[in-house]
Amino acid sequence: MLAGVTWLLVYQCIGEILVRWTGLPVPGPVIGMVLLFATLATRQAVPESLQTAASGLLSHLSLLFVPAGVGVMLHFQRVASEWLPIAVALVVSTVLALAVTALAMRHLLARQDRRDADVGGP
Amino acid sequence: MPPPLQPLTEIWVYLATTPLLGLTLTLVAYQLGYWVYARGGMNPLLNPVLLAVAALVALLLATGTSYTTYFEGAQFVHFLLGPAVVALAVPLHQQLPKMRRLFVPIVGGLVAGSLTAVVSALALAWALGASKVTLLSLVPKSITAPIAMGIAEKIGGIPALTAVLVVATGIIGAALGKFVFDALGIADYRVRGFALGIAAHGIGTARAFQVDAEAGAFAGLAFGLHGALAAFLFPAIYIALRHFM
Repeated sequence: MLAGVTWLLVYQCIGEILVRWTGLPVPGPVIGMVLLFATLATRQAVPESLQTAASGLLSHLSLLFVPAGVGVMLHFQRVASEWLPIAVALVVSTVLALAVTALAMRHLLARQDRRDADVGGP
Repeated sequence: MPPPLQPLTEIWVYLATTPLLGLTLTLVAYQLGYWVYARGGMNPLLNPVLLAVAALVALLLATGTSYTTYFEGAQFVHFLLGPAVVALAVPLHQQLPKMRRLFVPIVGGLVAGSLTAVVSALALAWALGASKVTLLSLVPKSITAPIAMGIAEKIGGIPALTAVLVVATGIIGAALGKFVFDALGIADYRVRGFALGIAAHGIGTARAFQVDAEAGAFAGLAFGLHGALAAFLFPAIYIALRHFM
């Protein structure tokens, strides 16, 4: 577990350093994720401590959003004066994104299943 | 004779000067929110993040505690978003065989959903008269908070406002997903999970994991890929388009 957490922080650190150094317009942790992904892809198995640390963090993922959410306090004024565009944009675009993603993926999955059946079928 | 008891307000003021208060309140509020959610049969409308945020905002306002004071302690929870993004590499790696096999549906769903989220949000907010800063802060609202805040900073939005919009989007997606999928007759848990991950990032993913393990795996895949691609593409698109604005 401790080794796993350390690895996550080391990769995040490398990511932050690379971003500062190269001026890439990408958040540091994303570079850390890409590098860790690349490392794992070159190895066969995920070390157990890393597995434990990662699933521990990700299983409480929604907790991690609470402090940022409470930040709504700081933006009451903006949210109050622009509540209509914000509320409509968030609700409608989220429903549309859910629907379009699901319909596109269902369509493409069905097409792929048909193709696999054609190739692999008797 | 024992010393007289201190008034509660003084104890509160003392506690508020240490990180203990904000940290403890965050954990307690989330677990209370989760308890209500579990007791309510995991009804998506009783989202634990929404309940925790509402309870904390009410408490901080009622006690006159500033967000800065609260964040002294809450920052330890907030900080973990960074390592959590790095940790996404692990489930992504485990999904690699699936990603190879379902490459076209995954990329197709990702691109369609991501474009729909950004374009429809911007068009609606713009048509209803949102300010430019609000529009820029809205762009990454379907991406997980730490990545979205980074993108907002790069393109000239307000990262803290983006964080709020991201959390609101996640709550809306997690709450409404079930109704949208049922209305469209989408029963495949891979598709339901993937759409939740695209539209509602980590909060949608948390919801997907609570409903079905395969839905959760696809949601995690979707929100990791969406975050990683958006982190590279959104600022690049913005820099390319900036000359026309």
